Amino acid sequence: MSGLFAIEGLDVAIHGTPILKGVSLEIARGETFGLVGESGSGKSMTALAAMQLLPHGAQARGRILLDGADVLSLSEAAMCRLRGRRIGMVFQEPMTALNPVKTIGEQIAEGLVLHLRLSRADAMERARQLLDRVGLTRAKVAPERFPHQLSGGQRQRVVIAMAIACRPDLLIADEPTTALDVTIQAQILSLIREIADTEKMGCLLISHDLAVVAEMADRVAIMKDGEIVESGRTAALFANLQHPYSKALMAASNHVPKRPKGPPRTPASHGTLPILSVRELVRSYPQPRRSIFRAAEPFIAVDKVSFEIRAGQSVGLVGESGCGKSTLARALLGLEAPNGGTIEVLGQDPNAARGATREAVHRAVQVVFQDPYGSFNPRHRIGRVVAEPLHLLRGEISAREMRERVAEALVEVGLSEADMAKYPHEFSGGQRQRVAIARALVTRPKLIVADEPVSALDVSIRAQILDLFADLRARHGLAYLFISHDLSVVRAITDDVMVMNGGKIVERGKTARVFDHPRHPYTRMLVAAAPRLADALAIRAAIEDERTGP
Amino acid sequence: MAGRSSTRAGTIGFLRTHKALALGMAIVALVLAAALVSLVWTPYPIDVLSVPDRLQGSSLAHPFGTDQFGRDMLSMLMVGARTSIAVALVAVGIGILVGVPLGLVAAARGGWLDEGLMRANDLVFAFPALLSAVMITAILGPGAVNAILAIGIFNIPVFARVARGGALSLKSREFVLAARVAGKGEIRIIAEHILPNIANLLIVQGTIQFSLGILAEAGLSYVGLGAQPPLASWGRMLNEAQTMMALAPSLALYPGLAIVITVLGLNLMGDGLRDLLDPRLKRRVA
Amino acid sequence: MLVYAAKRFAGLAATLLVATALVFLVLEVIPGDPAQVMLGINAQEDTLAALRSQMGLDRPAWLRYLDWITGFASGDLGTSYTYSVPVADLVAARITVSLPLALLALALSTLIAIPVGVYAASKRGHWQDSGIMALTQVGIAIPNFWFAMLLVFVFAVTLRLVPSGGFPGWEAGIWPALKALMLPAVALALPQAAILARVMRSSLIDALHEDYVRTARAKGLTRTAVLWRHAVRNALIPVLTILGLQFSFLIAGTIIIENVFYLPGLGRLIFQAITQRDLIVVKSVVVLLVASVILVTFLVDLAYALVDPRLRRH
Repeated sequence: MSGLFAIEGLDVAIHGTPILKGVSLEIARGETFGLVGESGSGKSMTALAAMQLLPHGAQARGRILLDGADVLSLSEAAMCRLRGRRIGMVFQEPMTALNPVKTIGEQIAEGLVLHLRLSRADAMERARQLLDRVGLTRAKVAPERFPHQLSGGQRQRVVIAMAIACRPDLLIADEPTTALDVTIQAQILSLIREIADTEKMGCLLISHDLAVVAEMADRVAIMKDGEIVESGRTAALFANLQHPYSKALMAASNHVPKRPKGPPRTPASHGTLPILSVRELVRSYPQPRRSIFRAAEPFIAVDKVSFEIRAGQSVGLVGESGCGKSTLARALLGLEAPNGGTIEVLGQDPNAARGATREAVHRAVQVVFQDPYGSFNPRHRIGRVVAEPLHLLRGEISAREMRERVAEALVEVGLSEADMAKYPHEFSGGQRQRVAIARALVTRPKLIVADEPVSALDVSIRAQILDLFADLRARHGLAYLFISHDLSVVRAITDDVMVMNGGKIVERGKTARVFDHPRHPYTRMLVAAAPRLADALAIRAAIEDERTGP
Repeated sequence: MAGRSSTRAGTIGFLRTHKALALGMAIVALVLAAALVSLVWTPYPIDVLSVPDRLQGSSLAHPFGTDQFGRDMLSMLMVGARTSIAVALVAVGIGILVGVPLGLVAAARGGWLDEGLMRANDLVFAFPALLSAVMITAILGPGAVNAILAIGIFNIPVFARVARGGALSLKSREFVLAARVAGKGEIRIIAEHILPNIANLLIVQGTIQFSLGILAEAGLSYVGLGAQPPLASWGRMLNEAQTMMALAPSLALYPGLAIVITVLGLNLMGDGLRDLLDPRLKRRVA
Repeated sequence: MLVYAAKRFAGLAATLLVATALVFLVLEVIPGDPAQVMLGINAQEDTLAALRSQMGLDRPAWLRYLDWITGFASGDLGTSYTYSVPVADLVAARITVSLPLALLALALSTLIAIPVGVYAASKRGHWQDSGIMALTQVGIAIPNFWFAMLLVFVFAVTLRLVPSGGFPGWEAGIWPALKALMLPAVALALPQAAILARVMRSSLIDALHEDYVRTARAKGLTRTAVLWRHAVRNALIPVLTILGLQFSFLIAGTIIIENVFYLPGLGRLIFQAITQRDLIVVKSVVVLLVASVILVTFLVDLAYALVDPRLRRH
């Protein structure tokens, strides 16, 4: 095996704080190496060290070898000749990775002019071919386009075209699909794999997602706190994990919260009013006009959606970004007035209800948002944050009772009464999400709308929060509308699921049925695109057996 | 949160790490003190002309000398500080009291009201304080009140924009949405969630507008649209000194330096406060 | 791009219309009897009556407004009460001083500020940067008219290199005229340049933290190449905003500076008109200056679209 690229005993410290400790790995030509870890594990730092693009104040020690030559000892000028020429890099955020004021063609051509001394015209011609190569054909995406005219997936293709423009020996992809929808993710991953295979590039793939890495990588290293805890051939490694952290990570990735046996304790659903009933709901937005002469068609974000949620029912709503799921959630919460159709909560229209009825209706439906950092006013203590929805009970319960309710809600979610005096910034992301859940619980609602509640969390924290949701439902008979782009999360926590695409619900049914036997073509595509760890590992194992077999 | 620590060591440490802010605050405090003292006492009365004492150099009796009418320069500078600060402060007050509610309403309501208010804002931006002062003076005659009005009017759209921008960026934040889900009304949300979180922005902008107000007041008084005699103003002093440039350049030096130092102090304070209060910078450090 | 330009142009026209109405309201409607304001309380009744009929005050305000703006469109700004000459002639003579001065100052401040700002950003954290920042901090605090007085004292009174004031007129030749405008332009430009340089620096530093800069570095571009090819153009967007805003300060500055140098520009005209309470002149000159600010805002909006392709389709 010819070692194309190797990192030996790499230490990185930023202003004296160690970030990487003795990282070593080796990548052969044509091999894809996966680096997995949770946020802050140092996986991105490893990539930046290889490119010598570490942030200010960072110091690297050890050796980084490309074809046996130490990259760390190179001068900045020599590094500039190497970056983009011998190592190409793809970044996580396609929306910001491109210069907004230059055409995509110019941006691809730039490296070619620089490294291969092509003329401008030749470079532009080559850029055109590269766009074709990454699936952006001339008819669809001309090189004269600007980045803002492209979708996220298209931009990531442009970034890949830039990275491979000079046929580098090593391609580093740092969370290349994390910001993308699952169907786009599948396309981008297969593009990267196909390019690395045909061009015989070495590839360093960095991801937090075990399933993605298992699907893509020949060998894998698992990182934690700046160290590689274990590494090896993908299937073999995952089949026989040694380090407690890797085992925990694996368990969290496959985590399914324990369900209450049978239907949760609810009054017989037959004959009772649904908590939430939505009929033919429409929400549209006016668009900026493109022409002076006629007004633009409104954009229909939610298109005649109907459904019901009954007491204790956990309903999932899945779809990709822009499908209208968050708009739907905002309309249900009374944050946006619908343009058509009806919403009824406990038989009342929340937008029309006034006074005590209005408050009763709003008390019944509470919310947990995605961002554990933006969810709280940074100037309010947790006690005040959690007590906020009790505004709906003002005049009905005393200040002492309010305090008791807040304390009770905090205990429910695994925090303590003492936390009331703290500020949001004193909590970690997972704890904040617990606080957000406590805030939703404090009015003793019947339904909680959770909009991507675990998407911003690392897998191990995610597993704990999912357990909390399941536990609360079992204890209080809560109903959930669980909105997520992540099929595995929805599968873990819901009984029924609705699949949304283009503002419409295209398929609905029992979660297991919909995901195992999808009927609508869109659902099929969605399910097929979602990486599944077990399947990926089975395929990997087959490949590895074939290679090492008799 | 160095600002919250009340211990003595904390304060000193804070001033040491924020040298510019400390220097700015010291300068502003000094000018403010001079202005306040001038309300009750000045070394000499400034409305008494004394021709025999004119154009004296620095001395113990007159640290900054006297002008061509024999008035004590130190006393004039102190009263000038008072005029500058009063005009700029009231103008900032007008800007905040009118502009901030407008900006908040525009952000909260959106739609045509927002569009209309913002267009009106642009319109006012097209009237530099000087032109407003010209128009006001043309119909009312000159006076310090003109300067206050003209600068104040110019401040309104500035604060409206800051308030609107801040409110808009908070409006879609999840904690504001959560407050709405909690059934809280627009006004309550503004009071509890929006205003406290844009206070930083307003304080920083207030400092900047304060320093711009001092510059504008000086300019207006210099061309005769602001403070009128016998009220002393740094701008007027420069106007009167202009004809004496060749003879007594120090008459033009001191008021000019007073303006520069005061504005510098305010700007240092503004920059320091921004660094201190800007959560973005804090995060970058963390 | 066309839709964008058309939209901005409609905005320009509407703003102009409202601005003229506002000026008219303040100077001719709010005072009640503008003739009384112009002549003072001791005016003779027959003089007042004569002025009232000259100004057409017997007609309703909205008609007078219409006359006034249609007159504007055809270049007829009325007749000055004190000079008894068409206001258009007065303005035309004065604008040949004020406009070149303002443009000269604008060009000078931009030409100084942008390279200085870029240089400071490229040397961020080094002594060159700290030095420039300290200098600009002081520059912002200096009132331009005081700076002008200092320049006069040093270069005209003491060194006798340039005239201390006055304007020979363009018919005296381009060089002497430019020489007379040199000090005023520098006095206007340097404090403006200080602000602009700071904006350029901080906006460039922000741009250098963007992801696309890292992408370009990963392509193999050197720091300097990334700075010039990628960051500067993006950093110009906020600089343009400030440039547009500064023009209104520049107009005010021009008016004030003309007083220091005894330049016969619009500033002098407006102050003479105020002293003589010649509302007809005040009204027209104010509108002219406001219109120039609005026009510059419009041009800045167009320039945005040139720099930033994202704006072109709206």
